[in-house]
Amino acid sequence: MPTRRATIPATKYPVERFTLDNGLRVVLTPDRSAPVIGVAVVYDVGIRSEPEGRTGFAHLFEHLMFQGSENLEKLAHFRHVQGAGGTFNGSTHLDYTDYYETLPSNALERALFLEADRMRGPRLTEENLRNQVDVVKEEIRVNVLNRPYGGFPWLTLPPVMFDTFPNAHDGYGSFDDLESATVADAADFFRRYYASGNAVLAVSGDVDVVEATALIERHFGDVPARPAPDRPDFTEPDLTAERRTSYTDKLAPLPAVAGAWRVPDPLTDFAGYLPYVVLAEVLTDGDASRLVERLVQRDRSVTSLGGYLGFMGDPFDVRDPTALLLQAHLPPGGDVDKVLRTVDEELDRLATDGLTEGELARTQARMATHLLRDTDAVLGRALGMAVLEQQRGEPGLINELPRLVGEVTDEQVRAAAATLRPERRASIEVIPGGAR
Amino acid sequence: MTATVETGTRPLPALGPNRKLKLPKQAERTLGNGLTVIAVRRSAIPLVELRLWMPFGRTHLARGGMLAQTLLSGTETHTATQLAAELQKVGGGLSAGIDPDRLMLSGAGLVTGLDRMLELLADVLTGATYPTDWVETERERLVDRIQVAQSQPAHLARTALLKRIYGRHPYAVQTPEPDQVRAVRPPVLRRLHAERVHPAGAVLVLVGDVQPEKALDAAERALSGWKGEGQPAELPPAPPLEPGPVLLVDRPGSVQSSLRIALPAVPRTHPDHAALQLANLLFGGYFSSRWVENIREDKGYTYGPHSLIEHSVAGSVLVAAAEVATEVTAPALLETMYELGRLAALPPKPDELEQARQYALGTLQLGMSTQAGLASLTSAYAGNGLRLDFLAEHAARLAAATVDDVAAAAARYLAPAQAVTVVLGDAERVADGLAALAPIRTESA
Repeated sequence: MPTRRATIPATKYPVERFTLDNGLRVVLTPDRSAPVIGVAVVYDVGIRSEPEGRTGFAHLFEHLMFQGSENLEKLAHFRHVQGAGGTFNGSTHLDYTDYYETLPSNALERALFLEADRMRGPRLTEENLRNQVDVVKEEIRVNVLNRPYGGFPWLTLPPVMFDTFPNAHDGYGSFDDLESATVADAADFFRRYYASGNAVLAVSGDVDVVEATALIERHFGDVPARPAPDRPDFTEPDLTAERRTSYTDKLAPLPAVAGAWRVPDPLTDFAGYLPYVVLAEVLTDGDASRLVERLVQRDRSVTSLGGYLGFMGDPFDVRDPTALLLQAHLPPGGDVDKVLRTVDEELDRLATDGLTEGELARTQARMATHLLRDTDAVLGRALGMAVLEQQRGEPGLINELPRLVGEVTDEQVRAAAATLRPERRASIEVIPGGAR
Repeated sequence: MTATVETGTRPLPALGPNRKLKLPKQAERTLGNGLTVIAVRRSAIPLVELRLWMPFGRTHLARGGMLAQTLLSGTETHTATQLAAELQKVGGGLSAGIDPDRLMLSGAGLVTGLDRMLELLADVLTGATYPTDWVETERERLVDRIQVAQSQPAHLARTALLKRIYGRHPYAVQTPEPDQVRAVRPPVLRRLHAERVHPAGAVLVLVGDVQPEKALDAAERALSGWKGEGQPAELPPAPPLEPGPVLLVDRPGSVQSSLRIALPAVPRTHPDHAALQLANLLFGGYFSSRWVENIREDKGYTYGPHSLIEHSVAGSVLVAAAEVATEVTAPALLETMYELGRLAALPPKPDELEQARQYALGTLQLGMSTQAGLASLTSAYAGNGLRLDFLAEHAARLAAATVDDVAAAAARYLAPAQAVTVVLGDAERVADGLAALAPIRTESA
């Protein structure tokens, strides 16, 4: 039976862009299909930009942005968003920090007011700082210290792969650094990075463009203009020799391993980068994928396997340097060396023999589903467009991604696989210390 | 220097008028084989979401777990790999999961692949073969997964709480032991499939960019050949909560304690449900709740405390959960009991109730605004005998609940005297503090 290629569909979300006089960039994407909106504000500062001696500061500062602002008491932000029927959060990434709400559309102006107010100035007090240092320490305990495989591999692999502080340090931060953070540090960080010229606002969903534009001008127009700071070059040279390390996780019952290889610059060489995004899925997406078939089913040398781009699983919102990661959990007594050798062997085989009939097309069809599903939520659309605007000036790329992924060729995937050599690989092994 | 900004005087903008809850277009049909199909239209993206709920109460734990783990391991016409590849071709995927109430198949794919996904679904339902080599592989994977789960504090706390709440009820134990899993062989799975994977009582939900009637036709074409008789096993009602000493489960070396507090709750259809939902929000059901504001934003004891009403077929329960620093375990429990008692004994402020009400109404709108959200909601409702119309009725009840209604619900359901409390943590470090607040009983994890 000849292979029929599924047609990759596209979305046609409209995009309106403009820049306020104070440098704030704005993206609007109206969609009246449900009475809800997504509002995202993205600042161009992340873990990579935090100062030495202040590990975890970008994330700690994210918490402080919720602790009151010019016209709002502590707790008011939460109450006003939720009291309008909405939900909110924020998150800190390597290259950006986001703040967002999703709400019924009758709360548009309120959401804009809340975001503008903290863009003018959060309430940075000693009391709020000490309180949020405590909260962040509990966050680290629950996600890293009190559970098996905590921080694996997003916190444990970068220091193996990278040498410079921005790329290699622990983005959650050490308790010492967190505890010694001061209000003056926070004020300085705000002044430097939370400038209107360093931010993007995106609004998606049930809005009228003319009305939303007027409301945005009303609330953000008088945020004092400050330019974006120069972003340092975080580039590091590629590895020329394999790096391998291990640590004992006293809570983990079974071994695990993660390996990563550097990939082309996602911004300056997007065409060169995309084949790696596809390759990760060819290798690991579901029971029909290469490495699942080989390592899970045939060899039984691993029990679960994942592959993705970017240490936080963020292929389309990360800058250079970044990586393709594979991570696997092994059965009791599992042999990590053997798993890594088999991965090398399968990559060789892919590079040499290429893909099988239909293998690429079906992977691309599945990737299209994932991309479309992410944009179905108004918030997924707002966040995606905000970061694409910030990093590329191209929010409409969100509509193009399924098609661009679909245009990656067999030859490109094969060539990408050929670059994932052991001598370019950084890997980390979790040695179980928690045998029961 | 001070970095505090002077408080300005900009007024908070008012909300625009509330949008009425608009139910999407839908259709329903019960096929000749007893399968109910519900199709809902949401056309924003060219995908379709699929949820198949099959009643699966009172199933042998390890066999049920293994059936879910291996249901997609191959059929008479496709190996597991072929099945996954065929689904992938239409951008689709399927996964199986199980809990004490149901076996669930979920997936999504390109809407152009709906017929193909349904065909493959039918192939699995009528022809799953449980091949020996796959079953062996999946058995070890499940065992490993259980072992990893047993090293997670959240899992251990949950396990202890379920046992404490449900006693001898089938809900009491929800994770099989590794040895039980290792004993499951393919013939047992084939027999269990023949006995229990049948269309009577099952509900298929399809949500997406497709006309509901057409989706029903597609489902009827593909699934009419799925046969099988048999009554789903009825679960006995869940037992009432029995308060008693705080159960302290020892996990030496823990740097946090896991607090779990269970309180009585009612099913979605109970007249008290809307008021109880609001009372739960006021206590700990959303970020702007008393509990979160107290133990996180005021005292910094914890990162993500939350409380939730869990609805199961045989009963409902309210569970509050927080991971707190070991050294503040007792103070955190004290504040928790204080907030429960305060809400049970004193009526809430009207503006506080309005805020919770808006949140409850708004999140209904948000939950319906994606294909995946609609599909999961429709399926969860259908599994409990409800339809999407219930959303509108529930919204009306939320809108109508008064301060008195909510105060009465809080007094009836949230009184700390009724709480069943489990703490997982380092007993050596937390036992004395807890014992100063309440009688305790200690067990090892």
